[in-house]
Amino acid sequence: MCGVCGCGEGHSHSHDHDHEHSHDHDHHDHDHHDHDAAHSHAPGLSPKRMVQIEQDILAKNNRYAAENRRYFGERGMLVLNLVSSPGSGKTTLLTETIARLKDDLDISVIEGDQQTARDAERIRATGVPALQINTGKGCHLDAHRVGHALETLQPKDHSLLFIENVGNLVCPSAFDLGEAHKVVILSVTEGEDKPIKYPDMFHAADLMILNKTDLLPYLDFDSEQCIQYAKQVNPRIKILSLSAKTGEGMDGWLRWLKAELELQRIDYA
Amino acid sequence: MHEMSLCESILQVLEQQAKAQQYSKVKTVWLEIGALSNVEIDALRFSFDVVVQGSIANHAQLEIIEIPGQAWCMPCGRDVVVQQLYDLCPHCGSHQLQVNSGDQMRIKELEVE
Repeated sequence: MCGVCGCGEGHSHSHDHDHEHSHDHDHHDHDHHDHDAAHSHAPGLSPKRMVQIEQDILAKNNRYAAENRRYFGERGMLVLNLVSSPGSGKTTLLTETIARLKDDLDISVIEGDQQTARDAERIRATGVPALQINTGKGCHLDAHRVGHALETLQPKDHSLLFIENVGNLVCPSAFDLGEAHKVVILSVTEGEDKPIKYPDMFHAADLMILNKTDLLPYLDFDSEQCIQYAKQVNPRIKILSLSAKTGEGMDGWLRWLKAELELQRIDYA
Repeated sequence: MHEMSLCESILQVLEQQAKAQQYSKVKTVWLEIGALSNVEIDALRFSFDVVVQGSIANHAQLEIIEIPGQAWCMPCGRDVVVQQLYDLCPHCGSHQLQVNSGDQMRIKELEVE
């Protein structure tokens, strides 16, 4: 997997880093900075020079994402990056989806959470392979960690892979994992204005699932307004309303998944 | 807090380029940050100072070039300026807008020695 991976810095990365930095070096040299700047104006002798970089800050993540996308493409896999706030019902949607599809399709799941393997355990209880990635202090999954997860998970050709991202409507929007689509899940127990409060995520997603619709009779949630906000942020977004708990509306989602998986089998010239 | 990860990515680029471009110290970093890039500039500055401590960019100055948001309005058939992703076209009120600039995050250039 690691054709692009200089992997010494890989997994332990975030841990080691913090230890070295945090206490010792705190801002002890603040004045130095200004001094240096002043001194270096010595005529003709300044060693300073300009270097053009012109590089995307996320270039490295994007390289890993491209590598993941190539891997998925070669295997005709459908890979979805599921994003939402914590508590939107992502894991329940997944377990209900898997229960309905696992006899027909090969499915695996990568679970991202800051801590614990609880979600991966819930997925494994349905009988499909799941791998938990704990991001520790991190707020999102990145393409590098997903690439390594694939080495362990070994998903089958023409399979469906769900990547359940960390519950967070902000950070995961910027990090491409190589997926075919970001799917954003919003539950009706949240506010209908979430799409405009967190526009980046709804802008980055191709499909929005409005979940927990069985609770609508008990809430003041305005579905029409919510859908309008989502389309205002992203005119191309498609929206499905469903209740993973009662199964209402699940049919549309299952058909969308099968159709998208079928599309991955096409060999374009 | 993904500004912290962004700064770690920036530092990695600075360290990689140090070999290729033969410098040992970074004095100033110019970044182009789009208004629609989901980056909080204050958080980025804070994270940068923390992340570069003890590195070749210790105490480096961060200069941010802010790039305004721009989108193509399909009904109007022209570029319009937008501040947010949910903005409507200032001319026709449509939300049929395609962002075409202002979502970038780039390291533009460095002052090194």
